[in-house]
Amino acid sequence: MVVTTTTSASDEHLHCTFASRYARTSLPRFKIPDGSMPKEAAYQIVNDELMLDGNPRLNLASFVTTWMEPECDKLIKESINKNYVDMDEYPVTTELQNRCVNMIAHLFHAPVGDDETAIGVGTVGSSEAIMLAGLAFKRKWQAKRKAEGKPYDKPNIVTGANVQVCWEKFARYFEVELKEVKLREGYYVMDPAQAVEMVDENTICVAAILGSTLTGEFEDVKLLNELLTKKNKETGWNTPIHVDAASGGFIAPFLYPELEWDFRLPLVKSINVSGHKYGLVYAGVGWVVWRSTDDLPDELVFHINYLGSDQPTFTLNFSKGSCQIIAQYYQFIRLGFEGYKNIMENCMENARLLKEGITKTGRFEILSKDIGVPLVAFSLKDDSKYTVFQISESLRRFGWIVPAYTMPPNAEHVAVLRVVIREDFSHSLAERLVSDIEKVVRELDDLPPRASVKTAHVTVDDLHRGKAEHPHLKKSISETERDICSYWRRISDKKTSGVC
Amino acid sequence: MVLSKTASQSDVSVHSTFASRYVRDSLPRFKMPENSIPKEAAYQIINDELMLDGNPRLNLASFVTTWMEPECDKLIMDSINKNYVDMDEYPVTTELQNRCVNMIAHLFNAPLGDGETAIGVGTVGSSEAIMLAGLAFKRRWQNKMKALGKPCDKPNIVTGANVQVCWEKFARYFEVELKEVKLREGYYVMDPEKAVEMVDENTICVAAILGSTLNGEFEDVKRLNDLLVEKNKETGWDTPIHVDAASGGFIAPFLYPELEWDFRLPLVKSINVSGHKYGLVYAGIGWVIWRSKEDLPEELIFHINYLGADQPTFTLNFSKGSSQVIAQYYQLIRLGYEGYRNIMENCQENAMVLKAGLERTGRFNIVSKDNGVPLVAFSLKDNSSHNEFEISETLRRFGWIVPAYTMPPDAQHVTVLRVVIREDFSRTLAERLVLDIEKVLHELDMLPSRVTEKLTGGNAPVVPVEEHHPAVVKKTAIEVQREITAAWRKFVADRKKTNGVC
Repeated sequence: MVVTTTTSASDEHLHCTFASRYARTSLPRFKIPDGSMPKEAAYQIVNDELMLDGNPRLNLASFVTTWMEPECDKLIKESINKNYVDMDEYPVTTELQNRCVNMIAHLFHAPVGDDETAIGVGTVGSSEAIMLAGLAFKRKWQAKRKAEGKPYDKPNIVTGANVQVCWEKFARYFEVELKEVKLREGYYVMDPAQAVEMVDENTICVAAILGSTLTGEFEDVKLLNELLTKKNKETGWNTPIHVDAASGGFIAPFLYPELEWDFRLPLVKSINVSGHKYGLVYAGVGWVVWRSTDDLPDELVFHINYLGSDQPTFTLNFSKGSCQIIAQYYQFIRLGFEGYKNIMENCMENARLLKEGITKTGRFEILSKDIGVPLVAFSLKDDSKYTVFQISESLRRFGWIVPAYTMPPNAEHVAVLRVVIREDFSHSLAERLVSDIEKVVRELDDLPPRASVKTAHVTVDDLHRGKAEHPHLKKSISETERDICSYWRRISDKKTSGVC
Repeated sequence: MVLSKTASQSDVSVHSTFASRYVRDSLPRFKMPENSIPKEAAYQIINDELMLDGNPRLNLASFVTTWMEPECDKLIMDSINKNYVDMDEYPVTTELQNRCVNMIAHLFNAPLGDGETAIGVGTVGSSEAIMLAGLAFKRRWQNKMKALGKPCDKPNIVTGANVQVCWEKFARYFEVELKEVKLREGYYVMDPEKAVEMVDENTICVAAILGSTLNGEFEDVKRLNDLLVEKNKETGWDTPIHVDAASGGFIAPFLYPELEWDFRLPLVKSINVSGHKYGLVYAGIGWVIWRSKEDLPEELIFHINYLGADQPTFTLNFSKGSSQVIAQYYQLIRLGYEGYRNIMENCQENAMVLKAGLERTGRFNIVSKDNGVPLVAFSLKDNSSHNEFEISETLRRFGWIVPAYTMPPDAQHVTVLRVVIREDFSRTLAERLVLDIEKVLHELDMLPSRVTEKLTGGNAPVVPVEEHHPAVVKKTAIEVQREITAAWRKFVADRKKTNGVC
């Protein structure tokens, strides 16, 4: 007679996941574990930890798309194992990219014939797109200076202080000086007149933003173009413009088609747009389009020879996934012009609804404009008892992620909350957010203030009066501490408002 | 009485996808269409066009992973809408990246204490990783030269001509000169001695490759380190080493743990590895690790302040998907050391099976080494009548994608076929490939040769083109055309990178 033994502890696969020992051991953090574990356990453990991440759809901080149709999800899943760069192995995927480039170039009124192929490329995001565009400008400018026999070691770029952090990265990594036009209270974008003033012979381009990160405003590219054309006539420097349309590039053509900001303006030589913002694709795709072949120096283009065919490429990244490019093409043909227009109109409507609800509370001032990216940026009329940072923290408890920022120089005293309206932020969600904001405000009203009532905070209203007319106030210790911290934070951080 | 109407033509939603008008219209190529179309139609149309792409799993050209477990696919799809850069909104995802960096740093024997966090970052691929590493070297070197009061406008990098195209990109975009050590027939990697010879005071680093793209060989990093240490002693230049372990970084620690190539060598200051190659994750993830804080100049790091938390970042890309980082962590804990070792041993074994099968045909020279990345690179012993490119084309008909390349200078006359053995290339597939290659050879043998034939008689032996035969041979027009095309193709290809694939 054989004595049967019960399943021993080593017979792991019989245990249900939460009965197994894997739910009891601490996950490795520093070293690769020696042994394998069953795939179900690995899945469950990682999935469970990730539950504590924020919910992407309630992340109102981000412009980046968080929902796509199930059909598109299916296409994404099916192409998840395609390496985009294998152009010869996946010719259809490569062609889909080319079609997208053409469509976007036409959307931006690039001077290409109906059947002519546009000059542009798909990237991983607007950061890469901006670096490629900047590199093209730098190289063109260097070639020009060399031909003139002038020094070319100190290139610079003129842009507003509201610029997104990737411009600072470009400047630092590619050794170009960043000349920032400072903002001022009430005017949170780049002033075209001041920008043109700052242009000198070492300026490789002026970068305008269509859809400022902070307030969603569109910069006046037309005015910039006019002023710069005049200056170019005087100086003969021929300084070009780049439009960072990361957010606005997929909004302006549908909502404001008469607004001239793209290649219709002669000095605009390249434009970047994020496919993963209002292009309505998940994170991981951006586009950059050049006006013509002259604007992209050939020496930057690599000709890879795969199996006999010449593939010209100009990107920083090499291997990457294909799914976002396929998803972008899906959106273009699925939605078409009318579909994008409908979605943007809905976003604007929901933004308006939210804005009204927030204004009705009587506590907030709206800093964002009606024309621009559909978002609502608002600050507290009176932040003596509590700040927007506290509102942001309290809203987290309800599940909402609404970020609070201070403005860049010279408006650092202004702090705002910003809600971005994406495709999947519906009317009902907007109403719910308003009622939750009201709840939070009421809650904070009832709490004792964190600071002493008499405080040296300068409110927005005070500045409107022109000068803070506070008597000399005695600061409490925590007040002083906080002032030191915020001052320190301001000088130690280059970008306090850096999110896309 | 209401007269019922039949569904009109405008009631498109009733039609099944292939009955609808959408399959009759040509898909837009240049301009965005005016109107929307139903999502089912959009899905079907795109899906159908994509059927004509190659099958990723039969793409034997690529090192990049093409299969993951369904559980991991589920994690990936669940996180497809998470933007990695929102660190404050997705703190767990950010922490998973940090854990991966620590694990990889320890795998590479970075000199870290037990609870100490490593210096490194996840990137979109080895291209970005290499650019970041190169940038760090460039900035360190510039600072050093400035402190010495010397000119810092002509930095250069020393590397082998077998280097992957992203090094050329780095050189061109970041204005660093690329000094390439030429190869020679039979020696297809960077010669450490020649490399050290080429080092001068403007050299920001020497880049060695662990797992050369062309034949999978590991360069002798230890020897390079020893020679460079000697030279540094003489010159005082302190030239460091970077190891491009894009392929080899996830192979050497598991198959050849005694091989010293990583931070165990004192001059190695940074290493990059592709998570999407033998890290066994889908395309879109790489890693770069620095030895210590000193090797990454602080001025390159951006401190983004989100909602009060300081997040130091050093990447070129900003917004990107999170799925691959999560998938990498899944693989590291799911497989562990033993799992990765088992998989690499299987790959190695299947490579041997393929190699043996090819050798048995008697027609090929094996160019790849046994030690290295599991791939088989082989060339024809006799490519006078048909060459490797033709074999590659013919194999396509069977569904296999096997690329053919010419070697970089100075071995351009050597052409190879290369099969990469990935995790999902099983023994049965290897045996089938050998069978299909034999079929192809058989077919090609039957076809007339594409090169010049002597017209002295139908049974005359075919002579290689390079030999000069005393008899005058008359070429047909098409043969002349073909020769001109081949020469032109070679000329164009030689001027650029003919073997630029990862």
